[in-house]
Amino acid sequence: MRTADAYEAFALRGLCRSFRHFTLRDVSLTLPLGQIMGLVGPNGAGKSTTIRLLMGLIEPDAGQVELLGHAVPGDVAAAKREVAFVTDDMRLFGMASIAWHMRWMASLYPHWDQAYAAQLLKRFNLRGEQLVKGLSRGEHVKALLLLALARRPRLLVLDEPTSGLDPVARHELLAELMDIVRDEQRSILFSSHQTQDVERISDQIAFIDRGRVVDVRDKESFLERWRRLSVDIPAGARLPELPGVVDLTLGERLATLTTDRYDQDIEGRLAAAGAQVHEVQRMSLEEIFVASVMRSRQGDRS
Amino acid sequence: MYTVNTKQHSLVVISQADPRPLYLQVKEQIRHRVAVGELKAGDEIPSIRQLAADIRVSVITIKRAYLELELEGVIQTRQGRGSCVAENAALGDSLKEQELDQHLTAAVRAAALLRLKEEELIQRLRRIRRGRTEDAA
Repeated sequence: MRTADAYEAFALRGLCRSFRHFTLRDVSLTLPLGQIMGLVGPNGAGKSTTIRLLMGLIEPDAGQVELLGHAVPGDVAAAKREVAFVTDDMRLFGMASIAWHMRWMASLYPHWDQAYAAQLLKRFNLRGEQLVKGLSRGEHVKALLLLALARRPRLLVLDEPTSGLDPVARHELLAELMDIVRDEQRSILFSSHQTQDVERISDQIAFIDRGRVVDVRDKESFLERWRRLSVDIPAGARLPELPGVVDLTLGERLATLTTDRYDQDIEGRLAAAGAQVHEVQRMSLEEIFVASVMRSRQGDRS
Repeated sequence: MYTVNTKQHSLVVISQADPRPLYLQVKEQIRHRVAVGELKAGDEIPSIRQLAADIRVSVITIKRAYLELELEGVIQTRQGRGSCVAENAALGDSLKEQELDQHLTAAVRAAALLRLKEEELIQRLRRIRRGRTEDAA
């Protein structure tokens, strides 16, 4: 049963789950309908565990999961009719063709769109008669994506969807994903190491490291908070205390600092201390990603 | 030889190699189209979701670009009827002036890095202007 009239694509509240060598702690994430969330984090950060908890494939030690307004795992069957999930370790039947899998999906899911599936075959450069066992890794991923997309799901969950895809296939996939959110009721969650893809199409960015959500906010304010400043320090001037300094390289006359609490005020404070801001650089999601992970690792060592 | 395509003129083209953030690329390109008169007062522009899907850039990025264009008076958004270029005859000129100011601000910043005096900067500007007139002659 749906819990309310107004609901989210998904809501994770206070999820905890311990394994022998890894613990996911207090993960809370919410995605409104019609939006795309990109999940980023280094290997082993907990991205796939979070996705498996969301899909009801494993149970949390504590916390609640809601998928399109349905409680998970209690009401997971109802939710899954409208949710499609792809991870690149999924295996199709080796002896069967792509077309066979398409007929199989059509028999399982009432919203299956055969015309769209046929279009996707062309766009992904696949042929229906190809046997799964003869597919390359990239073709296998494309076949999985095709089978998920043509179900016309309300929520699409993708774990590393672009890994193993060539640039042309990636381009086609991003176009299909953006086509989904033309509809304000459809949503996407995807995890990726391709920070360029995440930066380009996500509305929300969730940053996970070592089993915790380090930061989650809308992409525009996420990127707006990070800057790298190059500062000239004339003789006699000193660098003032600044908020949110993630990294600082200090020479005799020159400082380079990275902050995750940027506002115009910082430049004023530097000027007041006699230092001159030479350059303020924006940072790509990839640079932010590396800077945050380095910070959290340094914090552990000291 | 190349073919001239007049129908499928995409409103915005995004470059991954452009150092400017995506929202700014979207904003500047729409502004430029208005400034040169490719888009005229009252012309409709695509809905946020439509443009997002067309150029494969997140909805929130297009939203931010449209919001800023609206605050600057370049476009108008009518509830439930999408967006269009604002009705304002002087718009094109003032936008071109804004663009010029942006370039000049960048020049002033570059001159400061080279520690040029104001007079030296103005001399350079004069030299460049003269060069252009001679080229044209």
